[in-house]
Amino acid sequence: MNIIVCGKVIPATTVIIEIDPNTKRMVRKGVTHELDPAAASAVEEGLRLTEKHGGTVTLITMGISDVTIGIRNALAMGATSAVHILDDAVAGSDTLGTAKLLAAAIKKQPFDLVICATESSDSYSGIVPGQIAHFLGVPPVTFAKEITVDDNKITIKRQSESGYDIVESTLPALVAVSSGINEPRYPQLKGIMAAKKKEIKVYTATDLGLPPDQVGEKGAREKVLAIGRPPKRQAGKVVTDEGEGGKQIADFLAEIKVI
Amino acid sequence: MADVIWVYAELSDDRFTPTTLEMLTKAAELGTAEAVLLGPAPDDGAQTLAKYGASKIYRSADPVYRDYLTLPAAETVAELIQKHHPAVMLFASSYTGRDIVANLSARFDCGAISDVGDFVLKEGSVEATIPALGASYQNTSTLVSQGTKLLLVRPKAFEAKTNEQPLSVEEVPPAAAEALRTVHMKERVAVKREGPQLEGAKTIISGGRGLKGEENFAMLKELADVLGGAVGATRAAVDAGWVPYSMQIGQTGKTVKPDLYIACGISGAVQHLSGMKTSKFIISINKDAEAPIFQYSDFGVVGDVFKVVPQLIEELKKRKSA
Repeated sequence: MNIIVCGKVIPATTVIIEIDPNTKRMVRKGVTHELDPAAASAVEEGLRLTEKHGGTVTLITMGISDVTIGIRNALAMGATSAVHILDDAVAGSDTLGTAKLLAAAIKKQPFDLVICATESSDSYSGIVPGQIAHFLGVPPVTFAKEITVDDNKITIKRQSESGYDIVESTLPALVAVSSGINEPRYPQLKGIMAAKKKEIKVYTATDLGLPPDQVGEKGAREKVLAIGRPPKRQAGKVVTDEGEGGKQIADFLAEIKVI
Repeated sequence: MADVIWVYAELSDDRFTPTTLEMLTKAAELGTAEAVLLGPAPDDGAQTLAKYGASKIYRSADPVYRDYLTLPAAETVAELIQKHHPAVMLFASSYTGRDIVANLSARFDCGAISDVGDFVLKEGSVEATIPALGASYQNTSTLVSQGTKLLLVRPKAFEAKTNEQPLSVEEVPPAAAEALRTVHMKERVAVKREGPQLEGAKTIISGGRGLKGEENFAMLKELADVLGGAVGATRAAVDAGWVPYSMQIGQTGKTVKPDLYIACGISGAVQHLSGMKTSKFIISINKDAEAPIFQYSDFGVVGDVFKVVPQLIEELKKRKSA
């Protein structure tokens, strides 16, 4: 089966996020990037399914040239090939613009299943997978914590408030996986070497047939008016435990009249 | 005429989710609140919605909305929006809410704003405050597209208050197309929960990666018992399989607002902070003095959670019996 994984490459967890006051966007250029752990889980799930059922895994991502490191990481894990939407014109895309671009890139090749992370670890909107499914005209099967594929049918365990639901859909479909669905593998040396020879196709918005009024900042339906620091909580007292830490907490609880 | 604001009413275990009632309260404060209620609901469902401010309820009790995921609901809501053109429609930032909004925003090419903490109506549009990037930044966004503005609202963004309206229900035809029945909900499995519920708890003791394993949550349970609270966890602890998802606090879990929150072995990732940072008092214990959680704490102890927590339990027991 041909699996497409949509995943994001984001500033590494060690990076302190700065906002550019002019563009009101996160500063991404020149910052260390990594494959989003949520995307790594989506890649891992794709690899496990193809190990069982055969087929290919193609990673599709969008971002500045700094994200190549994350694409290589997915290829080193074992993804067959990758597609990189690389275009200054797509900067500032909102969720809808992003979904249009990803859906257009997905449509360039045949697929049985699209796997996305439920949400990226840097912006958490959680609606891009459902938007992509709509543009592709395939059913969205979201919040999966387990996937089983059987012939032309996919069954998932879907996270619910009180446990999980068993949900079934026909293929092709789009599945959004929740974090924790698996433990992504670390690339091995052999995989890292092989990744260097794997193909990364690069597309611009024009290549994907999307005019400027549909993508990037111009096409964004959501406009950021202002960005700033929220009112800060007054930080309290921090002590270092020198054998009395528990007692000091008890004293504080007495002070705020909890005990 | 007052702006008409719609709320998508969501049920969980046959009860409206708290966010549904919070959104209705806010909608009724800003304009005329109306609700859309799809799928089987309790007999007094419409009455409850009217009690929290809905002056009209569009309803279909057809089981298609329960037995097939999202697509039938999105279809019906889309038809209703095209017919009635509300100024704004609010959805909870839940699984269902996100799925329907994703569909509608793509269908109408109108976009949507996620993770809304507050909003105002301004000259036919909406200005929403979003705690972007969790705790470190917040932004104000608007939607420039025409038509109904779609917002996904965070839990506990508003306080639910009763504001009784006369009951007015309009039955709507259920979504019937076969193509909408592709994602079939076959079975709902409930996972047994232990201990007091996080929702509504006045005291919450929470554990993160620093707890190192499932067995160490027993220590938090003991502390929670002494203080009369419930136990929560971070996504890291849930993803590691130590505790069930029902205990997860944070952006993809529950949002809580207790009087007292004790964070044990939690660094304070954005994911977690956004689910608990509005707690009244926050106490944290972490071995890393640089952990972001300390910036949000009223009292912090830099130390070993396996030494500090047992000492705290012992001290509380001692003072209790004194």
